[in-house]
Amino acid sequence: MSDGSMTIGAAIAPAGATRRTLPAHGSRRTYSAYALVTPAAALMLIMLLGPLAGVIALSFTDYQLGAPHFSWIGLANYRDLFADKVFWTALRNTLAYVVIVVPGAVIAGLAIALLIQSGTSLRSLYRTIYFLPVMATLIAMAVVWEFMLHPQFGLVNGMLRSAGLPAFAWLQDRSTALYALCAIGIWQAVGFNMVLFLAGLVSIPKQLYEAAEIDGASSGWARFRLVTWPMLGPVTTFVVVISGIRSFQVFDTVHVLTKGGPSKSTEVLIHTMYTEGFEFFRSGYAAAITVVFLVFVLLLTLIKSRLADRGVHYT
Amino acid sequence: MSNAHPIPFRAILRHVLLIAGAALMLAPFIWMISTASKPQTEIFSSELHLIPYRFALADNLREAFAKANLLRFLLNGVIVTISIFVLQVMVALPAAYALAKLRFLGREALFALVLFGILIPPQATAIPVFLMLHKAGLLDSYAALVLPFTISVFGIFLMRQFFKTVPDDLVDAARMDGISEFGIVWRVMLPAAIPAVTAFGIFSVVAHWNDYFWPLIVLNSEQLRTPPLAVAHFRNNEAGTSYGPLMAAAMVIIAPLVIAFLFAQRRFIEGITLTGIK
Repeated sequence: MSDGSMTIGAAIAPAGATRRTLPAHGSRRTYSAYALVTPAAALMLIMLLGPLAGVIALSFTDYQLGAPHFSWIGLANYRDLFADKVFWTALRNTLAYVVIVVPGAVIAGLAIALLIQSGTSLRSLYRTIYFLPVMATLIAMAVVWEFMLHPQFGLVNGMLRSAGLPAFAWLQDRSTALYALCAIGIWQAVGFNMVLFLAGLVSIPKQLYEAAEIDGASSGWARFRLVTWPMLGPVTTFVVVISGIRSFQVFDTVHVLTKGGPSKSTEVLIHTMYTEGFEFFRSGYAAAITVVFLVFVLLLTLIKSRLADRGVHYT
Repeated sequence: MSNAHPIPFRAILRHVLLIAGAALMLAPFIWMISTASKPQTEIFSSELHLIPYRFALADNLREAFAKANLLRFLLNGVIVTISIFVLQVMVALPAAYALAKLRFLGREALFALVLFGILIPPQATAIPVFLMLHKAGLLDSYAALVLPFTISVFGIFLMRQFFKTVPDDLVDAARMDGISEFGIVWRVMLPAAIPAVTAFGIFSVVAHWNDYFWPLIVLNSEQLRTPPLAVAHFRNNEAGTSYGPLMAAAMVIIAPLVIAFLFAQRRFIEGITLTGIK
Protein backbone atom coordinates (compact mmCIF):
# COMPACT_ATOMS: atom_id res chain seq x y z
CA MET A 1 0.00 0.00 0.00
CA SER A 2 2.86 2.35 0.50
CA ASP A 3 2.82 3.45 -3.10
CA GLY A 4 -0.92 3.94 -3.43
CA SER A 5 -0.97 7.31 -1.84
CA MET A 6 1.82 8.50 -4.05
CA THR A 7 0.16 7.58 -7.29
CA ILE A 8 -3.53 7.97 -6.68
CA GLY A 9 -3.42 11.71 -6.37
CA ALA A 10 -1.84 12.06 -9.77
CA ALA A 11 -4.91 10.72 -11.47
CA ILE A 12 -7.21 13.22 -9.87
CA ALA A 13 -4.83 16.12 -10.02
CA PRO A 14 -6.49 18.10 -12.79
CA ALA A 15 -9.80 18.16 -10.93
CA GLY A 16 -8.90 20.82 -8.42
CA ALA A 17 -6.54 22.91 -10.43
CA THR A 18 -9.23 24.97 -12.08
CA ARG A 19 -11.32 26.80 -9.49
CA ARG A 20 -9.63 29.43 -7.42
CA THR A 21 -11.02 31.94 -5.02
CA LEU A 22 -8.52 34.31 -3.56
CA PRO A 23 -9.19 36.42 -0.53
CA ALA A 24 -7.94 39.96 -0.46
CA HIS A 25 -4.42 39.87 0.81
CA GLY A 26 -2.46 41.97 3.19
CA SER A 27 1.25 41.76 3.70
CA ARG A 28 0.85 40.18 7.13
CA ARG A 29 -1.22 37.43 5.63
CA THR A 30 1.37 36.86 2.92
CA TYR A 31 3.96 36.61 5.63
CA SER A 32 1.80 34.01 7.42
CA ALA A 33 1.43 32.08 4.19
CA TYR A 34 5.19 31.67 3.90
CA ALA A 35 5.42 30.63 7.52
CA LEU A 36 2.72 28.04 6.92
CA VAL A 37 4.28 26.47 3.84
CA THR A 38 7.92 26.62 4.92
CA PRO A 39 8.09 23.32 6.87
CA ALA A 40 6.38 21.44 4.05
CA ALA A 41 8.47 23.08 1.34
CA ALA A 42 11.71 22.45 3.20
CA LEU A 43 10.91 18.81 3.90
CA MET A 44 9.83 18.32 0.30
CA LEU A 45 13.19 19.60 -0.82
CA ILE A 46 15.16 17.47 1.66
CA MET A 47 13.21 14.23 1.50
CA LEU A 48 11.78 14.17 -2.01
CA LEU A 49 13.09 16.53 -4.68
CA GLY A 50 16.68 16.65 -3.43
CA PRO A 51 16.96 12.85 -3.23
CA LEU A 52 15.35 12.55 -6.66
CA ALA A 53 18.02 14.80 -8.15
CA GLY A 54 20.53 12.96 -5.98
CA VAL A 55 19.68 9.54 -7.34
CA ILE A 56 20.09 10.78 -10.91
CA ALA A 57 23.43 12.42 -10.06
CA LEU A 58 24.62 9.31 -8.19
CA SER A 59 23.94 7.16 -11.21
CA PHE A 60 26.79 8.97 -13.00
CA THR A 61 29.29 8.25 -10.20
CA ASP A 62 31.11 5.20 -8.85
CA TYR A 63 30.09 6.07 -5.30
CA GLN A 64 30.13 3.18 -2.83
CA LEU A 65 29.02 3.55 0.76
CA GLY A 66 32.07 3.74 2.99
CA ALA A 67 34.51 4.45 0.15
CA PRO A 68 36.79 7.43 0.93
CA HIS A 69 36.18 9.19 -2.40
CA PHE A 70 34.28 8.82 -5.62
CA SER A 71 34.46 10.20 -9.13
CA TRP A 72 32.19 11.03 -12.05
CA ILE A 73 32.23 8.18 -14.50
CA GLY A 74 29.65 9.38 -17.00
CA LEU A 75 27.52 6.61 -18.42
CA ALA A 76 29.72 3.75 -17.24
CA ASN A 77 27.09 2.47 -14.77
CA TYR A 78 24.52 2.33 -17.53
CA ARG A 79 26.98 0.59 -19.85
CA ASP A 80 27.66 -2.01 -17.17
CA LEU A 81 23.98 -2.34 -16.46
CA PHE A 82 23.01 -2.95 -20.08
CA ALA A 83 25.84 -5.49 -20.41
CA ASP A 84 24.70 -7.33 -17.28
CA LYS A 85 22.64 -10.46 -17.86
CA VAL A 86 21.06 -10.19 -14.40
CA PHE A 87 19.65 -6.76 -15.25
CA TRP A 88 17.95 -8.04 -18.40
CA THR A 89 16.62 -11.06 -16.52
CA ALA A 90 15.25 -8.75 -13.83
CA LEU A 91 13.66 -6.47 -16.41
CA ARG A 92 12.13 -9.39 -18.29
CA ASN A 93 10.76 -10.90 -15.07
CA THR A 94 9.37 -7.56 -13.92
CA LEU A 95 7.62 -7.02 -17.25
CA ALA A 96 6.27 -10.60 -17.19
CA TYR A 97 4.97 -9.99 -13.66
CA VAL A 98 3.28 -6.74 -14.75
CA VAL A 99 1.80 -8.30 -17.89
CA ILE A 100 0.27 -11.14 -15.85
CA VAL A 101 -0.80 -9.31 -12.69
CA VAL A 102 -2.34 -6.19 -14.27
CA PRO A 103 -4.91 -7.92 -16.52
CA GLY A 104 -5.55 -10.54 -13.86
CA ALA A 105 -6.20 -8.07 -11.06
CA VAL A 106 -8.13 -5.60 -13.24
CA ILE A 107 -10.42 -8.13 -14.91
CA ALA A 108 -11.08 -10.00 -11.66
CA GLY A 109 -11.66 -6.71 -9.83
CA LEU A 110 -14.15 -5.58 -12.47
CA ALA A 111 -15.93 -8.94 -12.59
CA ILE A 112 -16.33 -9.02 -8.81
CA ALA A 113 -17.56 -5.42 -8.71
CA LEU A 114 -20.13 -6.17 -11.42
CA LEU A 115 -21.28 -9.32 -9.67
CA ILE A 116 -21.63 -7.55 -6.33
CA GLN A 117 -23.47 -4.62 -7.89
CA SER A 118 -25.82 -6.83 -9.94
CA GLY A 119 -27.79 -7.80 -6.83
CA THR A 120 -28.70 -6.21 -3.56
CA SER A 121 -28.20 -8.94 -0.96
CA LEU A 122 -24.98 -9.40 1.03
CA ARG A 123 -23.26 -6.56 -0.80
CA SER A 124 -21.24 -5.26 2.10
CA LEU A 125 -20.31 -8.76 3.31
CA TYR A 126 -18.81 -9.65 -0.07
CA ARG A 127 -17.09 -6.29 -0.30
CA THR A 128 -15.51 -6.84 3.12
CA ILE A 129 -14.29 -10.34 2.25
CA TYR A 130 -12.73 -9.35 -1.07
CA PHE A 131 -11.09 -6.31 0.50
CA LEU A 132 -9.53 -8.25 3.36
CA PRO A 133 -6.26 -9.13 1.53
CA VAL A 134 -5.64 -5.42 0.90
CA MET A 135 -5.64 -4.75 4.63
CA ALA A 136 -3.64 -7.75 5.78
CA THR A 137 0.13 -7.20 6.05
CA LEU A 138 1.50 -8.64 2.81
CA ILE A 139 4.64 -10.03 4.43
CA ALA A 140 2.61 -12.03 6.92
CA MET A 141 0.30 -13.33 4.21
CA ALA A 142 3.26 -14.13 1.97
CA VAL A 143 4.54 -16.43 4.69
CA VAL A 144 1.11 -18.06 4.82
CA TRP A 145 1.13 -18.47 1.04
CA GLU A 146 4.54 -20.05 1.25
CA PHE A 147 3.16 -22.72 3.55
CA MET A 148 0.08 -23.18 1.35
CA LEU A 149 2.46 -23.77 -1.55
CA HIS A 150 4.64 -26.15 0.47
CA PRO A 151 5.51 -29.05 -1.88
CA GLN A 152 4.69 -31.74 0.69
CA PHE A 153 2.33 -30.38 3.33
CA GLY A 154 0.79 -27.44 1.48
CA LEU A 155 -2.92 -26.96 0.86
CA VAL A 156 -2.49 -26.38 -2.89
CA ASN A 157 -0.59 -29.57 -3.61
CA GLY A 158 -2.80 -31.49 -1.21
CA MET A 159 -5.87 -30.47 -3.21
CA LEU A 160 -4.16 -31.17 -6.52
CA ARG A 161 -3.20 -34.64 -5.32
CA SER A 162 -6.67 -35.46 -4.10
CA ALA A 163 -7.98 -34.41 -7.52
CA GLY A 164 -5.47 -36.77 -9.11
CA LEU A 165 -3.40 -33.94 -10.60
CA PRO A 166 0.38 -33.58 -10.53
CA ALA A 167 1.88 -31.51 -7.71
CA PHE A 168 4.56 -28.83 -8.04
CA ALA A 169 7.35 -27.43 -5.91
CA TRP A 170 5.90 -24.00 -6.72
CA LEU A 171 8.40 -21.57 -5.19
CA GLN A 172 11.40 -23.87 -5.48
CA ASP A 173 10.90 -24.62 -9.17
CA ARG A 174 12.28 -22.06 -11.61
CA SER A 175 9.49 -22.74 -14.10
CA THR A 176 6.68 -21.97 -11.62
CA ALA A 177 8.14 -19.57 -9.02
CA LEU A 178 7.33 -16.35 -10.89
CA TYR A 179 3.77 -17.52 -11.59
CA ALA A 180 3.28 -18.35 -7.92
CA LEU A 181 4.35 -14.79 -7.03
CA CYS A 182 1.98 -13.44 -9.70
CA ALA A 183 -0.89 -15.37 -8.12
CA ILE A 184 -0.12 -13.83 -4.73
CA GLY A 185 0.11 -10.42 -6.40
CA ILE A 186 -3.29 -10.79 -8.03
CA TRP A 187 -4.84 -12.15 -4.83
CA GLN A 188 -3.65 -9.07 -2.98
CA ALA A 189 -4.61 -6.43 -5.58
CA VAL A 190 -8.08 -7.63 -6.60
CA GLY A 191 -9.93 -6.10 -3.65
CA PHE A 192 -8.40 -2.68 -4.13
CA ASN A 193 -9.41 -2.64 -7.81
CA MET A 194 -12.88 -3.94 -6.93
CA VAL A 195 -13.47 -1.02 -4.57
CA LEU A 196 -12.45 1.50 -7.23
CA PHE A 197 -14.73 -0.17 -9.79
CA LEU A 198 -17.61 -0.26 -7.29
CA ALA A 199 -17.26 3.48 -6.75
CA GLY A 200 -17.24 3.94 -10.52
CA LEU A 201 -20.33 1.77 -10.97
CA VAL A 202 -22.29 3.63 -8.30
CA SER A 203 -21.63 6.94 -10.04
CA ILE A 204 -23.17 5.83 -13.36
CA PRO A 205 -26.56 7.57 -13.68
CA LYS A 206 -29.52 5.15 -13.63
CA GLN A 207 -31.19 7.05 -16.48
CA LEU A 208 -28.51 5.86 -18.88
CA TYR A 209 -29.56 2.25 -18.32
CA GLU A 210 -33.20 3.18 -18.77
CA ALA A 211 -32.37 5.03 -21.98
CA ALA A 212 -30.37 2.07 -23.25
CA GLU A 213 -33.27 -0.23 -22.48
CA ILE A 214 -35.67 1.98 -24.44
CA ASP A 215 -33.20 1.88 -27.33
CA GLY A 216 -33.43 -1.88 -27.31
CA ALA A 217 -30.45 -2.87 -25.21
CA SER A 218 -32.29 -5.50 -23.24
CA SER A 219 -29.61 -8.07 -22.49
CA GLY A 220 -27.16 -7.61 -19.63
CA TRP A 221 -24.28 -7.82 -22.07
CA ALA A 222 -25.73 -5.04 -24.29
CA ARG A 223 -26.17 -2.79 -21.27
CA PHE A 224 -22.60 -3.50 -20.20
CA ARG A 225 -21.21 -2.81 -23.67
CA LEU A 226 -23.26 0.34 -24.31
CA VAL A 227 -23.35 1.96 -20.88
CA THR A 228 -21.20 0.39 -18.16
CA TRP A 229 -17.95 -0.12 -20.06
CA PRO A 230 -17.84 3.33 -21.72
CA MET A 231 -18.87 5.06 -18.49
CA LEU A 232 -16.19 3.18 -16.56
CA GLY A 233 -13.53 4.27 -19.06
CA PRO A 234 -11.69 6.77 -16.87
CA VAL A 235 -11.86 4.47 -13.82
CA THR A 236 -10.54 1.56 -15.87
CA THR A 237 -7.62 3.58 -17.20
CA PHE A 238 -6.84 4.72 -13.70
CA VAL A 239 -7.03 1.21 -12.25
CA VAL A 240 -4.83 -0.19 -15.02
CA VAL A 241 -2.13 2.43 -14.45
CA ILE A 242 -2.24 2.10 -10.66
CA SER A 243 -1.99 -1.69 -10.94
CA GLY A 244 0.84 -1.32 -13.45
CA ILE A 245 2.86 1.02 -11.23
CA ARG A 246 2.31 -1.16 -8.17
CA SER A 247 3.27 -4.33 -10.01
CA PHE A 248 6.41 -2.64 -11.23
CA GLN A 249 7.35 -2.06 -7.60
CA VAL A 250 6.99 -5.73 -6.63
CA PHE A 251 9.50 -6.48 -3.91
CA ASP A 252 8.04 -7.76 -0.61
CA THR A 253 6.98 -11.23 -1.76
CA VAL A 254 10.18 -11.69 -3.78
CA HIS A 255 12.46 -10.71 -0.94
CA VAL A 256 10.82 -12.82 1.73
CA LEU A 257 9.95 -15.90 -0.35
CA THR A 258 12.51 -16.40 -3.12
CA LYS A 259 15.28 -13.77 -2.90
CA GLY A 260 15.07 -13.67 -6.70
CA GLY A 261 15.69 -17.38 -7.08
CA PRO A 262 15.70 -20.19 -7.98
CA SER A 263 18.46 -19.34 -10.48
CA LYS A 264 17.24 -15.72 -10.94
CA SER A 265 13.82 -16.84 -12.18
CA THR A 266 12.09 -14.32 -9.89
CA GLU A 267 14.73 -11.59 -9.89
CA VAL A 268 12.90 -8.27 -10.37
CA LEU A 269 14.11 -4.67 -10.79
CA ILE A 270 13.56 -3.34 -7.28
CA HIS A 271 15.05 -6.50 -5.81
CA THR A 272 18.18 -6.07 -7.94
CA MET A 273 18.31 -2.44 -6.86
CA TYR A 274 17.98 -3.48 -3.21
CA THR A 275 20.71 -6.11 -3.50
CA GLU A 276 23.17 -3.79 -5.25
CA GLY A 277 22.39 -0.72 -3.17
CA PHE A 278 21.80 -2.09 0.30
CA GLU A 279 23.64 -5.39 0.43
CA PHE A 280 26.71 -4.63 -1.72
CA PHE A 281 26.42 -0.85 -1.12
CA ARG A 282 27.24 -0.09 -4.76
CA SER A 283 25.20 3.11 -4.54
CA GLY A 284 26.07 4.48 -7.98
CA TYR A 285 25.19 1.29 -9.78
CA ALA A 286 21.97 0.86 -7.79
CA ALA A 287 21.08 4.47 -8.59
CA ALA A 288 21.32 3.66 -12.31
CA ILE A 289 18.86 0.78 -11.79
CA THR A 290 16.57 3.18 -9.92
CA VAL A 291 16.65 5.61 -12.84
CA VAL A 292 15.64 2.84 -15.26
CA PHE A 293 12.82 1.89 -12.90
CA LEU A 294 11.75 5.53 -12.65
CA VAL A 295 11.64 5.90 -16.43
CA PHE A 296 9.24 2.96 -16.69
CA VAL A 297 6.98 4.24 -13.91
CA LEU A 298 6.83 7.76 -15.37
CA LEU A 299 6.19 6.26 -18.82
CA LEU A 300 3.15 4.46 -17.43
CA THR A 301 1.88 7.69 -15.91
CA LEU A 302 2.42 9.50 -19.19
CA ILE A 303 0.53 6.84 -21.16
CA LYS A 304 -2.32 7.19 -18.69
CA SER A 305 -2.59 10.95 -19.04
CA ARG A 306 -2.43 10.62 -22.85
CA LEU A 307 -5.25 8.07 -22.83
CA ALA A 308 -7.30 10.22 -20.49
CA ASP A 309 -6.76 13.30 -22.68
CA ARG A 310 -7.86 11.57 -25.84
CA GLY A 311 -10.78 9.92 -24.09
CA VAL A 312 -9.94 6.65 -25.80
CA HIS A 313 -12.31 4.69 -23.61
CA TYR A 314 -15.28 6.86 -24.45
CA THR A 315 -15.31 5.91 -28.13
CA MET B 1 -26.85 -3.67 -14.25
CA SER B 2 -30.06 -3.31 -12.26
CA ASN B 3 -32.77 -5.70 -13.27
CA ALA B 4 -36.36 -4.74 -12.47
CA HIS B 5 -37.53 -8.36 -12.22
CA PRO B 6 -34.64 -10.41 -10.91
CA ILE B 7 -34.83 -14.01 -12.04
CA PRO B 8 -34.07 -16.26 -9.05
CA PHE B 9 -31.64 -18.26 -11.18
CA ARG B 10 -29.50 -15.18 -11.78
CA ALA B 11 -29.53 -14.28 -8.10
CA ILE B 12 -28.41 -17.80 -7.24
CA LEU B 13 -25.68 -17.75 -9.88
CA ARG B 14 -24.45 -14.43 -8.46
CA HIS B 15 -24.10 -15.94 -5.02
CA VAL B 16 -22.48 -19.13 -6.30
CA LEU B 17 -19.82 -17.18 -8.19
CA LEU B 18 -19.21 -14.69 -5.39
CA ILE B 19 -18.97 -17.40 -2.76
CA ALA B 20 -16.51 -19.37 -4.89
CA GLY B 21 -14.37 -16.26 -5.28
CA ALA B 22 -14.70 -15.43 -1.60
CA ALA B 23 -13.48 -18.92 -0.69
CA LEU B 24 -10.38 -18.27 -2.80
CA MET B 25 -9.77 -14.90 -1.15
CA LEU B 26 -10.29 -16.29 2.35
CA ALA B 27 -8.34 -19.52 1.83
CA PRO B 28 -5.03 -18.12 3.12
CA PHE B 29 -6.71 -16.65 6.21
CA ILE B 30 -8.57 -19.86 6.95
CA TRP B 31 -5.47 -21.98 6.36
CA MET B 32 -3.46 -19.65 8.57
CA ILE B 33 -5.93 -20.00 11.46
CA SER B 34 -6.23 -23.73 10.89
CA THR B 35 -2.46 -24.27 10.88
CA ALA B 36 -1.99 -22.00 13.87
CA SER B 37 -4.45 -24.24 15.74
CA LYS B 38 -2.77 -27.55 14.91
CA PRO B 39 -0.04 -29.38 16.79
CA GLN B 40 3.19 -30.14 14.94
CA THR B 41 2.26 -33.73 14.11
CA GLU B 42 -0.94 -32.70 12.37
CA ILE B 43 0.78 -29.94 10.39
CA PHE B 44 3.38 -32.34 9.02
CA SER B 45 0.93 -34.86 7.71
CA SER B 46 0.11 -35.16 4.04
CA GLU B 47 -3.54 -35.78 4.84
CA LEU B 48 -5.50 -32.50 4.62
CA HIS B 49 -7.92 -31.50 7.32
CA LEU B 50 -9.20 -28.09 8.23
CA ILE B 51 -10.31 -28.62 11.81
CA PRO B 52 -7.54 -29.85 14.11
CA TYR B 53 -8.07 -33.13 15.94
CA ARG B 54 -6.39 -31.54 18.92
CA PHE B 55 -6.52 -27.76 19.33
CA ALA B 56 -3.08 -26.28 19.90
CA LEU B 57 -3.69 -22.59 19.23
CA ALA B 58 -2.74 -21.60 22.78
CA ASP B 59 0.48 -23.64 22.62
CA ASN B 60 1.43 -22.15 19.26
CA LEU B 61 0.68 -18.62 20.42
CA ARG B 62 2.71 -19.18 23.58
CA GLU B 63 5.63 -20.49 21.55
CA ALA B 64 5.38 -17.57 19.10
CA PHE B 65 5.47 -15.03 21.91
CA ALA B 66 8.35 -16.91 23.55
CA LYS B 67 10.46 -17.06 20.40
CA ALA B 68 9.91 -13.47 19.33
CA ASN B 69 9.15 -10.36 21.32
CA LEU B 70 5.89 -9.84 19.44
CA LEU B 71 4.44 -7.33 21.88
CA ARG B 72 7.48 -5.12 21.47
CA PHE B 73 7.22 -5.36 17.67
CA LEU B 74 3.54 -4.46 17.75
CA LEU B 75 4.36 -1.51 20.00
CA ASN B 76 7.05 -0.42 17.52
CA GLY B 77 4.44 -0.57 14.76
CA VAL B 78 2.10 1.63 16.79
CA ILE B 79 4.84 4.14 17.70
CA VAL B 80 6.07 4.44 14.12
CA THR B 81 2.71 4.66 12.36
CA ILE B 82 1.24 7.13 14.85
CA SER B 83 4.37 9.33 14.79
CA ILE B 84 4.35 9.38 11.01
CA PHE B 85 0.68 10.27 10.82
CA VAL B 86 0.83 13.03 13.46
CA LEU B 87 3.87 14.63 11.84
CA GLN B 88 2.36 14.33 8.37
CA VAL B 89 -0.72 16.22 9.55
CA MET B 90 1.34 18.87 11.35
CA VAL B 91 3.34 19.53 8.18
CA ALA B 92 0.65 19.09 5.56
CA LEU B 93 -2.31 20.94 7.06
CA PRO B 94 -0.75 24.43 7.28
CA ALA B 95 0.69 24.08 3.78
CA ALA B 96 -2.62 22.82 2.41
CA TYR B 97 -4.46 25.75 3.99
CA ALA B 98 -2.03 28.29 2.53
CA LEU B 99 -2.27 26.65 -0.90
CA ALA B 100 -6.06 26.64 -0.79
CA LYS B 101 -6.93 29.95 0.83
CA LEU B 102 -3.99 32.36 0.83
CA ARG B 103 -2.34 34.29 -1.97
CA PHE B 104 1.42 34.47 -2.09
CA LEU B 105 4.18 34.58 -4.63
CA GLY B 106 5.26 31.09 -5.67
CA ARG B 107 2.00 29.44 -4.75
CA GLU B 108 1.39 28.00 -8.21
CA ALA B 109 4.99 26.77 -8.41
CA LEU B 110 4.74 25.09 -5.02
CA PHE B 111 1.49 23.40 -5.96
CA ALA B 112 3.04 22.20 -9.22
CA LEU B 113 5.89 20.68 -7.19
CA VAL B 114 3.36 18.94 -4.95
CA LEU B 115 1.66 17.43 -8.00
CA PHE B 116 5.04 16.38 -9.37
CA GLY B 117 6.05 14.89 -6.02
CA ILE B 118 3.00 12.63 -6.05
CA LEU B 119 4.41 10.91 -9.13
CA ILE B 120 7.68 9.91 -7.44
CA PRO B 121 7.56 6.32 -6.18
CA PRO B 122 9.06 5.84 -2.69
CA GLN B 123 11.75 3.42 -3.92
CA ALA B 124 13.18 6.12 -6.17
CA THR B 125 14.50 8.25 -3.34
CA ALA B 126 15.63 5.37 -1.11
CA ILE B 127 19.37 5.46 -1.86
CA PRO B 128 19.99 9.19 -1.28
CA VAL B 129 17.74 9.29 1.79
CA PHE B 130 19.57 6.26 3.17
CA LEU B 131 22.94 7.97 2.55
CA MET B 132 21.71 11.14 4.26
CA LEU B 133 20.55 9.23 7.33
CA HIS B 134 23.87 7.40 7.33
CA LYS B 135 25.78 10.71 7.25
CA ALA B 136 23.57 12.07 10.04
CA GLY B 137 24.20 8.97 12.11
CA LEU B 138 20.46 8.29 12.30
CA LEU B 139 20.31 4.82 10.77
CA ASP B 140 18.81 2.07 12.89
CA SER B 141 16.54 4.34 14.94
CA TYR B 142 12.90 5.37 15.17
CA ALA B 143 13.95 8.62 13.49
CA ALA B 144 15.13 6.69 10.43
CA LEU B 145 11.72 5.01 10.23
CA VAL B 146 9.71 8.20 10.70
CA LEU B 147 11.59 11.23 9.31
CA PRO B 148 11.51 10.36 5.58
CA PHE B 149 7.72 10.09 5.70
CA THR B 150 6.95 13.30 7.61
CA ILE B 151 6.31 14.96 4.28
CA SER B 152 3.32 13.57 2.43
CA VAL B 153 2.76 15.45 -0.80
CA PHE B 154 -0.32 13.35 -1.29
CA GLY B 155 -1.62 14.52 2.08
CA ILE B 156 -1.02 18.15 1.12
CA PHE B 157 -2.83 17.63 -2.16
CA LEU B 158 -5.76 15.83 -0.54
CA MET B 159 -6.22 18.42 2.21
CA ARG B 160 -5.81 21.33 -0.19
CA GLN B 161 -8.61 19.92 -2.37
CA PHE B 162 -10.77 19.57 0.72
CA PHE B 163 -10.00 23.06 2.03
CA LYS B 164 -11.01 24.50 -1.34
CA THR B 165 -14.56 23.39 -0.56
CA VAL B 166 -14.62 25.13 2.83
CA PRO B 167 -16.50 28.45 2.40
CA ASP B 168 -14.36 31.58 2.56
CA ASP B 169 -16.96 33.13 4.88
CA LEU B 170 -15.94 30.68 7.57
CA VAL B 171 -12.32 31.81 7.27
CA ASP B 172 -13.26 35.49 7.17
CA ALA B 173 -15.47 35.14 10.24
CA ALA B 174 -12.56 33.59 12.11
CA ARG B 175 -10.33 36.48 11.06
CA MET B 176 -12.97 38.94 12.35
CA ASP B 177 -12.77 37.15 15.67
CA GLY B 178 -9.06 37.92 15.69
CA ILE B 179 -7.84 34.37 15.15
CA SER B 180 -4.42 34.25 13.52
CA GLU B 181 -3.84 32.39 10.25
CA PHE B 182 -2.04 29.70 12.20
CA GLY B 183 -4.99 29.46 14.59
CA ILE B 184 -7.40 29.18 11.67
CA VAL B 185 -5.59 26.05 10.45
CA TRP B 186 -6.04 24.20 13.72
CA ARG B 187 -9.25 25.72 15.14
CA VAL B 188 -11.33 26.22 12.00
CA MET B 189 -9.96 24.10 9.15
CA LEU B 190 -8.99 20.96 11.08
CA PRO B 191 -12.44 20.49 12.68
CA ALA B 192 -14.05 21.06 9.28
CA ALA B 193 -11.74 18.54 7.67
CA ILE B 194 -12.10 15.64 10.11
CA PRO B 195 -13.57 13.26 7.47
CA ALA B 196 -10.71 13.97 5.08
CA VAL B 197 -8.11 13.71 7.84
CA THR B 198 -9.60 10.39 8.96
CA ALA B 199 -9.50 9.03 5.43
CA PHE B 200 -5.91 10.14 5.04
CA GLY B 201 -5.07 8.71 8.45
CA ILE B 202 -6.41 5.29 7.54
CA PHE B 203 -4.44 5.40 4.33
CA SER B 204 -1.24 6.46 6.04
CA VAL B 205 -1.45 4.02 8.95
CA VAL B 206 -2.27 1.05 6.71
CA ALA B 207 0.58 1.92 4.36
CA HIS B 208 3.20 2.27 7.06
CA TRP B 209 2.06 -0.57 9.28
CA ASN B 210 2.44 -2.88 6.28
CA ASP B 211 5.62 -1.32 4.87
CA TYR B 212 8.52 -3.75 4.56
CA PHE B 213 10.96 -2.09 2.16
CA TRP B 214 12.03 0.91 4.24
CA PRO B 215 12.36 -0.75 7.69
CA LEU B 216 14.33 -3.54 6.01
CA ILE B 217 16.81 -1.00 4.67
CA VAL B 218 17.37 1.20 7.71
CA LEU B 219 17.01 -1.20 10.65
CA ASN B 220 19.53 -3.50 12.25
CA SER B 221 18.54 -3.82 15.88
CA GLU B 222 16.08 -6.46 16.86
CA GLN B 223 14.28 -4.28 19.40
CA LEU B 224 13.30 -1.70 16.76
CA ARG B 225 11.72 -4.17 14.33
CA THR B 226 8.31 -3.32 12.90
CA PRO B 227 5.66 -6.07 12.54
CA PRO B 228 6.42 -7.03 8.90
CA LEU B 229 10.15 -7.28 9.62
CA ALA B 230 9.37 -9.37 12.68
CA VAL B 231 7.40 -11.92 10.63
CA ALA B 232 10.12 -12.09 7.99
CA HIS B 233 12.79 -12.75 10.62
CA PHE B 234 10.62 -15.28 12.39
CA ARG B 235 10.20 -17.12 9.12
CA ASN B 236 13.93 -17.03 8.31
CA ASN B 237 14.96 -18.23 11.79
CA GLU B 238 12.52 -21.10 11.90
CA ALA B 239 13.36 -22.16 8.32
CA GLY B 240 10.39 -24.40 7.70
CA THR B 241 10.32 -26.22 11.02
CA SER B 242 7.68 -24.71 13.27
CA TYR B 243 4.82 -23.63 11.04
CA GLY B 244 2.30 -23.62 13.89
CA PRO B 245 3.98 -20.80 15.85
CA LEU B 246 4.85 -19.01 12.58
CA MET B 247 1.19 -18.94 11.51
CA ALA B 248 0.25 -17.84 15.03
CA ALA B 249 2.76 -14.99 14.77
CA ALA B 250 1.37 -14.00 11.35
CA MET B 251 -2.10 -13.95 12.89
CA VAL B 252 -0.96 -11.65 15.68
CA ILE B 253 0.73 -9.27 13.24
CA ILE B 254 -2.24 -8.86 10.90
CA ALA B 255 -4.82 -8.82 13.71
CA PRO B 256 -4.77 -5.10 14.69
CA LEU B 257 -5.51 -3.76 11.21
CA VAL B 258 -7.88 -6.56 10.22
CA ILE B 259 -9.91 -6.15 13.41
CA ALA B 260 -10.00 -2.36 13.01
CA PHE B 261 -11.08 -2.88 9.41
CA LEU B 262 -13.87 -5.30 10.36
CA PHE B 263 -15.23 -2.88 12.94
CA ALA B 264 -15.09 0.19 10.69
CA GLN B 265 -15.03 -1.42 7.26
CA ARG B 266 -17.19 1.27 5.68
CA ARG B 267 -14.79 3.96 6.90
CA PHE B 268 -11.74 2.03 5.71
CA ILE B 269 -13.13 1.40 2.25
CA GLU B 270 -14.46 4.96 2.04
CA GLY B 271 -11.02 6.21 2.98
CA ILE B 272 -9.48 4.39 0.12
CA THR B 273 -12.17 5.27 -2.43
CA LEU B 274 -12.06 8.90 -1.37
CA THR B 275 -8.35 8.96 -2.00
CA GLY B 276 -8.78 6.86 -5.14
CA ILE B 277 -11.47 8.70 -7.03
CA LYS B 278 -12.67 12.14 -6.27
